[in-house]
Amino acid sequence: MSTIKDRAAIVGIGQTAFSKSLEPDETELACQAVLAALEDAGIEPAEVDGLCSYGQETTDEAELAAALGTGDLTFFSQVGFGGGGGCATVAHAAMAISCSAADVVVAWRSRKRGSARPWASAGGPQLPIPAEWTRPAGLLRPSDEVAVLTRRHMFEHGTRREHLANVALAARAHANRNPLAVMFDRELTLDTYLASRWISEPLCLFDNCLESDGAVAVVVVSAERARDCRQVPAYVHAAAQGLPRQHQAMVNYFADEPIRTPSTVAGHALWRHADVTPADVDVAQIYDAFTPMVLFGLEGYGFCPIGESGPFTEDGGLSFDGGRLPTNTAGGSLSEAYLHGFNLITEGVRQVRGTSHSQVEGAEISFVSSGDCVPTSALVLRR
Amino acid sequence: MSPVRSTLSTSAGPVDGSLLQPLRGPETAGFWEGTARGELLVQRCEACGSLRFPPRPLCPSCHSTRRGWQPVSGRGRIWSFAVAHPPLLPAFSELAPYSVAVVEIEEDPAIRLVGMVVVVGANATLLPGPVPEIGAAVEVAFEERGDTVLPAWVLVDPHVPPRPGGGDITIPTAITIPTEGADR
Repeated sequence: MSTIKDRAAIVGIGQTAFSKSLEPDETELACQAVLAALEDAGIEPAEVDGLCSYGQETTDEAELAAALGTGDLTFFSQVGFGGGGGCATVAHAAMAISCSAADVVVAWRSRKRGSARPWASAGGPQLPIPAEWTRPAGLLRPSDEVAVLTRRHMFEHGTRREHLANVALAARAHANRNPLAVMFDRELTLDTYLASRWISEPLCLFDNCLESDGAVAVVVVSAERARDCRQVPAYVHAAAQGLPRQHQAMVNYFADEPIRTPSTVAGHALWRHADVTPADVDVAQIYDAFTPMVLFGLEGYGFCPIGESGPFTEDGGLSFDGGRLPTNTAGGSLSEAYLHGFNLITEGVRQVRGTSHSQVEGAEISFVSSGDCVPTSALVLRR
Repeated sequence: MSPVRSTLSTSAGPVDGSLLQPLRGPETAGFWEGTARGELLVQRCEACGSLRFPPRPLCPSCHSTRRGWQPVSGRGRIWSFAVAHPPLLPAFSELAPYSVAVVEIEEDPAIRLVGMVVVVGANATLLPGPVPEIGAAVEVAFEERGDTVLPAWVLVDPHVPPRPGGGDITIPTAITIPTEGADR
């Protein structure tokens, strides 16, 4: 059976500044990020023949191609379901390259805070399925939706607020070492965390990610071509998507085991064709729109037994410097920037290259996941 | 005793803004017709009898399209909940902080319905209720909201039953990492 294993690599990464507010529109930001990624790869825009996006990207492939002056596109894909699709764009790029459907594929995310926030704008009094079962009752925001799952996890497994805090504190400590992170010069302590206001109990302010403007892009080519590029390639060793058969968006309360999130499905598929296991992973970027998502991810992807993600984070468990599993080493969505997890992919690449501000010494196997509680995706990158 | 049916208010008076209404599609209309009559209905496959929620055109077990609605008692237990604080849509901000619960119904704990936790206030209106606990017994109340009647949950008993021992929640001890070439 053929797989994508090690047949494609990320050879260029690029990004704009990350900020609460940037002036250019999303298309211009996308162009900036993509040009930076192509420059990093040493490849001309005219060679790009594939584009992958996700999460209802506001700039479509035609618009980006025309703005950048790419070649004709022979592969293009869009992954649905919002923030779970980031890693899938790289997976699709790797698949396209493995099948010779395209030679130079760019995947990107560009977003501004003013982008659609349905919970805030309501968009009229009536709601489509499935939101009609939850929104009118007052479960309005993703934070409310995830809060329900978090409390259940606490009930079933004894997870505590301190465990959620560990996720936030680790991300912030890494951001404090990353000059490009939004929270670079803002420290976070446990006391501040515990004293902060509730958003949706048990989630407080610091359990929620940032709201950011920015764009991030990667360039994917074949393993053969990667050898000629200027940076250390990050080979796509394994990839998977995951959508549980009983899933219901972020309000996944109607399945047999609601707190077994989509990470569990993606995790099962991810390791199936990999030469490595979770124990071999040196560094992980785990989607963190909310701190509990990191706990769900640690369990779903097999980094720790079900129910033990809380204790896994104790005693610096997520620190780049000697932690059990260095996690979100550029600051993550919690403290670097929130761009639906695409900045987790670029940090995953940096760890392979050895260029992270919080570099895990000797890192070779680099894991990245995308949005949990929604249909999701994940990557294993390697040196 | 028939369920309480009233409008939702804040402790300071009626809600000023407009609260969200559900959109009724062809598949879901039956549920809202039920609540309008003061009944809590769950979709039932008429071929194999299994219940399902949310309602869908096909039975995932037997694939029949024959479906109907089964009245349920309105009693259940809280599976989990959130306590929402602002920032929220304006009308909901007036009610905040409030608890929204996912409730397993008595007839089948795999069937879970979401509703605000409410308490019956002085003028028989519904008010945001106290913060509950997982496992608490609830019964349905019906909230009149514009053209719709929505299910909400009233705590039955202030005393939460002891957390169920091993048998009620089956938690696997580890996921299985498949080996190369293993079947899914």
